[in-house]
Amino acid sequence: MITKELICVNCPMGCRLKVEMEGKEILSITGNTCPRGAEYAAQECVRPMRILTSTVKIDHGTHRVLPVITDKAIPLDLMFKAMDEVRTVRVTAPVAEGQVLVHDLIGSGADLIASRSMEKN
Amino acid sequence: MRNYQAVIIGGGSAGLSAAVTLKKNGIEDIVVIEKDMEPGGILEQCIHNGFGLQTFKEQLSGPAYAERYVRMARELNVDIKLNTMVTKLTADRHISYVNPSEGAVTVSADAVILAVGCYERARGAINITGTRPAGVYTAGQAQRYLNIEGYLVGKKVFILGSGDIGLIMARRMTLEGAEVLGVAEIMPYSNGLPRNIKQCLEDFGIPLYLSHTVTKTYGRDRLEGIDIAQVGPDRNPIEGTTQHFDVDTLLLSVGLIPENHLADEAGIRMDPVTRGPVVDDYYMTSADGIFACGNGLHVHDLVDFVSLQAERAALGAVKYLQREGKARGNTIKVRPGEGVSYTVPACVHPEDPSGNVEFFFRVRKPMDEAVLEIRSGDKVLRTLKKRKLMPSEMERALITEKEIAALREEVTIAVREVQA
Ligand SMILES: Cc1cc2nc3c(=O)[nH]c(=O)nc-3n(C[C@H](O)[C@H](O)[C@H](O)COP(=O)(O)OP(=O)(O)OC[C@H]3O[C@@H](n4cnc5c(N)ncnc54)[C@H](O)[C@@H]3O)c2cc1C
Ligand code: SF4
Repeated sequence: MITKELICVNCPMGCRLKVEMEGKEILSITGNTCPRGAEYAAQECVRPMRILTSTVKIDHGTHRVLPVITDKAIPLDLMFKAMDEVRTVRVTAPVAEGQVLVHDLIGSGADLIASRSMEKN
Repeated sequence: MRNYQAVIIGGGSAGLSAAVTLKKNGIEDIVVIEKDMEPGGILEQCIHNGFGLQTFKEQLSGPAYAERYVRMARELNVDIKLNTMVTKLTADRHISYVNPSEGAVTVSADAVILAVGCYERARGAINITGTRPAGVYTAGQAQRYLNIEGYLVGKKVFILGSGDIGLIMARRMTLEGAEVLGVAEIMPYSNGLPRNIKQCLEDFGIPLYLSHTVTKTYGRDRLEGIDIAQVGPDRNPIEGTTQHFDVDTLLLSVGLIPENHLADEAGIRMDPVTRGPVVDDYYMTSADGIFACGNGLHVHDLVDFVSLQAERAALGAVKYLQREGKARGNTIKVRPGEGVSYTVPACVHPEDPSGNVEFFFRVRKPMDEAVLEIRSGDKVLRTLKKRKLMPSEMERALITEKEIAALREEVTIAVREVQA
């Protein structure tokens, strides 16, 4: 049996998780304050997944760029590929928070959504 | 002169939460004064996720979290003056502000809530020799440029200080195509949240140099390189440990300080450790009717606690307005004991308690296993086992209303390391 120590990155509480594994099988997960922590630990042992946040260009907005976020975590190893696509996105104000800007970003199953509303300037 | 029931200075998370709480408790004649062109405060540039898990049970980005509070404030018809800068506050609650439409105006208020946020320590605060070229920014400045103006400040980057903003910028600039060569931290432990060390540095293979500092900068007009060196226990560079990096950008993430000018000039008593005002259990400062909360009171790492604290400060103001005066009776001091650097609030009113009081404090150094002890004179009110304490993570401890009512002697909050 091996024991892995992980830090849950799901929220700033940063709970310290302990995963006990036998080969590829997870025997126990402890240290999480909420169920998200257990899900995170299980996934982290297979393929680390992260939420991506960035900005995209916006025309006629109150600012020049609009913050965006993926609606679910995507594989960490695809971050740079995802960024290549994010850089090509250009939207026009007004935009509402939660509005989908790209469906199924690089085939990850996650949508890229606006993380704030922005009025027309 | 226009008099308000309450004036809230600052329209960030703290100010908005305070305004919403005042309105919900029947204090109608209020105004929020914000110097920026939109409400939301620092969160507007914190586009990463991880906000609001406590408050909304969701993983929001900073702007999305702020938007929830802006919406609540708008629904309650909170008057927000934007592009308006408060230039002066007096202990008798006169507030002077300037804006393009009204010019310079002075108003008065029955209660004032300071929710002014914090600022970053800059190059002047640390000791680096060498040239003074362009390319040296605070991490927050670089964050603002990139996330609000869409401008990447450099391509080859080094970061001094392991504060959270620096760590978050390390990841953000890496994803934007910059090369981040490393982070140097003068202390033997990180100052950022463990989750940010993991997801911002380790995820991208960015090295963290603990017990290291930047000793020299090179370049005439634009930064061309830096030297870093290992430091000893006295935090002075050790000879022969110098490494050189060719970089065009140095980000400083070396600490945040409450925006304390207004309070200081009003003659409000300040805490030399937090650098913010000293407050009681109602979040009232040494000036009658002036309250403080959020990063302007002490630096927080979790916005959820900022919103919560602002709510409590607003409830303190409601009580003050309703009874037309401050809390009754004597005060009992609450002090940081062994292992603790500060406690907020700094005193309570046993004859007139504000309710259960949650104390915010930080430990002085990292501890693996420790015991938290709260005592009043010889009496031990609480002992709690704690694990993995870090100065970068704010701790909390609750004392109940009943316990406060029974207090006769000074309270100390101490954390002692124990061997596992
Ligand atoms: C870069 C950074 C990253 C963070 N990351 C996280 C995170 O991942 N998760 C998390 O939960 N928390 C995080 N935090 C903590 C949290 O976001 C902050 O603690 C919280 O938003 C602070 O709110 P505030 O209202 O106290 O201050 P601010 O948001 O700074 O608001 C203060 C407001 O007051 C205004 N103001 C100041 N002086 C005046 C004046 N004289 N006149 C008029 N207006 C004035 C300012 O313009 C500003 O809008 C982070 C903080 C920072 C700085
Ligand atoms: S386990 Fe839950 S509370 Fe703990 S860090 Fe993860 S998400 Fe946050």
